[in-house]
Amino acid sequence: MKSKNPLLISRRKAWNGMFLLLSVAAAVFGIFWLTLILSELLIKGFDGISPRLFTEITPVPGDEGGLANAIAGSLFMSITAVLLGTPIGLLAGTYLAEYGRHSWLAVVIRFVNDILLSTPSILTGLFIYEILVVPAQHFSGWAGIAALAVIVVPVVVRTTENMLLLVPNGLREAAAALGAPRSNVIRAVTWRAARAGIVTGVLLAIARISGETAPLLFTALGNNNWSLNPNQPLAALPLVIFNFANSAYEIQHKLAWAGALLITATVLSLSIIARLLQPKRS
Amino acid sequence: MADTALVEEMLSTPERAAAVAKGGARDARFRILTLLAALLVLTLFIGLMVALVVGSWPAIQAFGWAFIVDGIWSPVLEKFGARAPIFGTLVTSFLAMFLAVPIGIGIAIFLTEICPRPLRRPIGIAIELLAGIPSIIYGIWGLFVFAPWFQEHVQPAVIDGCTWIATKTGITFFEDLFQGPPYGIGMFTAAFILSIMVLPFIAAVTRDVFETVPAMLKEAAYGLGCTTWEVMWRVVLPFARSGVVGGGMLALGRALGETMAVTFVIGNDHHIHESLFAPATTISASIANEFSEAVGDLYHASLIELGLILFFITFIVLASAQLMLRALERRAGSAS
Repeated sequence: MKSKNPLLISRRKAWNGMFLLLSVAAAVFGIFWLTLILSELLIKGFDGISPRLFTEITPVPGDEGGLANAIAGSLFMSITAVLLGTPIGLLAGTYLAEYGRHSWLAVVIRFVNDILLSTPSILTGLFIYEILVVPAQHFSGWAGIAALAVIVVPVVVRTTENMLLLVPNGLREAAAALGAPRSNVIRAVTWRAARAGIVTGVLLAIARISGETAPLLFTALGNNNWSLNPNQPLAALPLVIFNFANSAYEIQHKLAWAGALLITATVLSLSIIARLLQPKRS
Repeated sequence: MADTALVEEMLSTPERAAAVAKGGARDARFRILTLLAALLVLTLFIGLMVALVVGSWPAIQAFGWAFIVDGIWSPVLEKFGARAPIFGTLVTSFLAMFLAVPIGIGIAIFLTEICPRPLRRPIGIAIELLAGIPSIIYGIWGLFVFAPWFQEHVQPAVIDGCTWIATKTGITFFEDLFQGPPYGIGMFTAAFILSIMVLPFIAAVTRDVFETVPAMLKEAAYGLGCTTWEVMWRVVLPFARSGVVGGGMLALGRALGETMAVTFVIGNDHHIHESLFAPATTISASIANEFSEAVGDLYHASLIELGLILFFITFIVLASAQLMLRALERRAGSAS
């Protein structure tokens, strides 16, 4: 029973060619827009980069200035949020991978964690507004830090659990056979074996929060003066971009682009470092 | 037996017993510490929900269920309804998915089947990196670059073209959909920027799912004489369906809640227009634009209730995404 229908073959080939062409076109289309955005960002961003960016604070409308207070505020809030969120995420991820595993509690927490991971960040902002800003009756750096920490936790939980599950059980059993208590096994053996992966998770969490704008809008609020006092509103780079992009002054637009370039460069370099550290997928 | 006796003897020496007890106590403490951290994750989730309900309570009491369908949004009259923001959120997100899913799948097919092998990893990595770019970057690019260009070069042509179709054929569908002055910003621009934003994510997830398809299945299909397209359409896609749909739902979850890429270019208009080129608003854009300046409890509460609605929509989408991806994981686990 040989296929003798040349028409069928050529039609199948034509379909094949058409769809392969379409998928190449899709790839070209997607990559075109993405490179366009990046190159535009590079051009407009470099235009605004100058030493003043790092030495002067955000200007009042119409004036010249830099982004020093916003950079400092962003660094300060992101670092503090990571310092707060990482231990919680690390311990919770450890519970899921080492103790909970298939218990119903672990299943529920894993589910809830993955929902939190993709919950719109503006809702995190509203949440922190309700529990910190309303009772205190003023916006503050602490509220911004808390909002960012809430975003850090699920990221770290997810990567920690994934990385701990990659550690072969033989290692745990060997350590347990030597008489090490469970907590020592975890801290001295499995954490150590999964260290690179866990660090990757923390880096990804920093990358994630360094560009977050929505959760800071009504928590940290922004500040046009130099301040590192977390009891007051604090400036942040994404907030400055948001406000300046909506202003009418060309100088402020320029600063917004420069800030956007700084954030993108930070995020991309963090992700690249994270990728280099990541253990190879089998 | 002798060994057990030895162990018991070792345990019976006081120092030894103390050491074991200490280890046991430390174990218990560490276990409780990790459990508390895990419970904190649960608390954050419940707290988020409770805070949204408590914050929106005045609006829930004042407007009831009518809030969801009411089209009025008037801070002056203190009357609020969520119809326009919900409409805008759903339309921008689905339009974005409509554009991004086929293109994302196309990129994934390109990466797994067509792309020359040495280029696969670099392009794949570049796409994964792009998925991490903060959305505010897409937002300002949309505002400063895309919207003006779109306003000047594309919108007038599209509007004229649709009018021409209407006068020639009498079909006014396109004319209605793309009518009005070319603002640059609006529903369509927001959807387009959203679709570019979620594109790398969809492409990366889809490619990962495609790579879980056992090579033997594909080779068997090729061995039967299938073309590349037939292998993709009849073997790879059916096998990867739940993963692709799950990844698409995750992307939809992102698009629904996305704030910064949309806020700049949507125009924040609480009226529903027939035209996709007209300004509109989404839930997240309304909150971002109005929350800091909102005066009065009811205004605040209404904005928070918008957030609550967004929470429910994204929860349903994300939960179903997870169920699908879990099913895929289980299958991948049993197959290997």
